[in-house]
Amino acid sequence: MDISFENVAYTYQPKTPFEHRAIHDLSFQVSSGTFVAIVGHTGSGKSTLIQHLNGLLRPTQGQVTIGDYQLSSDKKLKEMKELRRRVGVVFQYPEHQLFEETVAKDIAFGPANFGVDQAEIKKRTYEVIQAVQIPEDLLERSPFDLSGGQMRRVAIAGVLAMEPEVLVLDEPTAGLDPRGQKDIMDMFYRLHQEKNLTTVLVTHSMEDALHYADHVIILDHGTKYMEGKPAEVFVKKEELNKVQLDLPEVIQFIFKVEEKFGFRLTYRGQELSELAQELKELIRGADNHE
Amino acid sequence: MNNAFIIGQYIPGESIIHRLDPRTKITIIFFFVIIVFFANSIASYGLLTVFSIGSALATRIKLSYIIKGLTPVWFLIIFTFILHLVVTREGDVLFELLSFPVYSGAVAQGSAISLRFFLLILVTSLLTLTTSPIEITDAIESLLHPLKRIKFPVHELALMMSISLRFIPTLMQETEKISKAQASRGVDFKTGPIKERLQAIVPLLVPLFVSAFKRAEELAMAMEARGYQGGEGRTKLRELKIKPIDIVTFGIFCLIIIGLYLTRT
Repeated sequence: MDISFENVAYTYQPKTPFEHRAIHDLSFQVSSGTFVAIVGHTGSGKSTLIQHLNGLLRPTQGQVTIGDYQLSSDKKLKEMKELRRRVGVVFQYPEHQLFEETVAKDIAFGPANFGVDQAEIKKRTYEVIQAVQIPEDLLERSPFDLSGGQMRRVAIAGVLAMEPEVLVLDEPTAGLDPRGQKDIMDMFYRLHQEKNLTTVLVTHSMEDALHYADHVIILDHGTKYMEGKPAEVFVKKEELNKVQLDLPEVIQFIFKVEEKFGFRLTYRGQELSELAQELKELIRGADNHE
Repeated sequence: MNNAFIIGQYIPGESIIHRLDPRTKITIIFFFVIIVFFANSIASYGLLTVFSIGSALATRIKLSYIIKGLTPVWFLIIFTFILHLVVTREGDVLFELLSFPVYSGAVAQGSAISLRFFLLILVTSLLTLTTSPIEITDAIESLLHPLKRIKFPVHELALMMSISLRFIPTLMQETEKISKAQASRGVDFKTGPIKERLQAIVPLLVPLFVSAFKRAEELAMAMEARGYQGGEGRTKLRELKIKPIDIVTFGIFCLIIIGLYLTRT
């Protein structure tokens, strides 16, 4: 589903001493099927933004359009439930939302709320546990007996079982070990491609944003600071430093090379090791010419 | 929490009332709650009202915000008033309201009780509005200190209080987070028949309890790791001190008490 924000603003607790403007004048467009990363410093309004995507918050100004659904301050959306089924949100530390007696029941909770019948739920349960790599024999265990990483996977499975068309991920890898982080991100990327999802990833990790996203939106103090293709955005060193964001490792490497050798490698999505290889050949080539 | 209900909320500030020693505030409120019930004439009620509104103004928090924040209490006050109008039968019949005779005694008593109620709530909410929970527990610990003689665990009680107060906002945030997560999974907390709405609480309560227990355990561990040992010999970062302003405030309050004694009939 296409997502569009038009001059969106959201203020928490308006007209009280605790009034807080979380986002303002925010406009952007994401077309269906895009993998978009939202990057920003703590307090830049990322979490507030994603709560607009499934109608948990309604903008206090402006308009949010997701597919055929429109959210604005003046009217309530009648098809809220439908919107929530089609936009699945994986919150930060999703394992905190587990509550059922068994893993299977917890995964079934979302779809059951949206009126999916038992047979279909069963079918989906087996599909999603395969996607998140949870062995079948855990299905009848209590989710509270599992390890942290497994709990996270079960919670993600619970969202995937709703078969959403838009997947919103709020730092889905926070607190996992490096291996688990890569596994989970690769899984989301695979699902994104297989199911033709529109994916919105909120992340602190420049590496992930560079590696997986088609489009990057950088937020600062509640509004859009920059947007564009990752390879174009992440080479703007000065602009990024201004909002306390680091460059991804690969890009840092390119800048270091430029500093040291005086020429610039072009970034086309290579891994660090591939870049090193290129550099080696370039230097050797230069030597041979002499 | 997005609503404007302000009981128990603390609004940081620099006003005179904010700077008073919390013990002064608690003591004055303690006696205020008692003397409110001694007022029995228009003048004495007037005196207490002036005192309460005056204190409210001195907090520099907008009066309209305080009054609006007490909305749920207003219903109770109005309800009390109407109940008195209908039930009390003293004095002369003033007029008839929907075929109920309304007596003059009823109007007087109804207004008096409602006013008392209002003043009590207003003044007590000023305490929490201008005093941080930590200050309140420190004050309670200090005020209850004499009870130590009879082996009453004052420090432990104060610690328990400050821990629970400390975790109220955390648990509120947690509740909001979990209810959002469950709402995203299709739980509807706001509409539908009562039975379904009650069932919708389970997916909220279970994770909340789980995380509260986990937090309690982690806190206990962290305290033990840092060698916490309550009570004896423990020094304080914030020492409570009676300042001239506290003595002046007490003086004013004593004048109010004397005034009340004189204006009673």
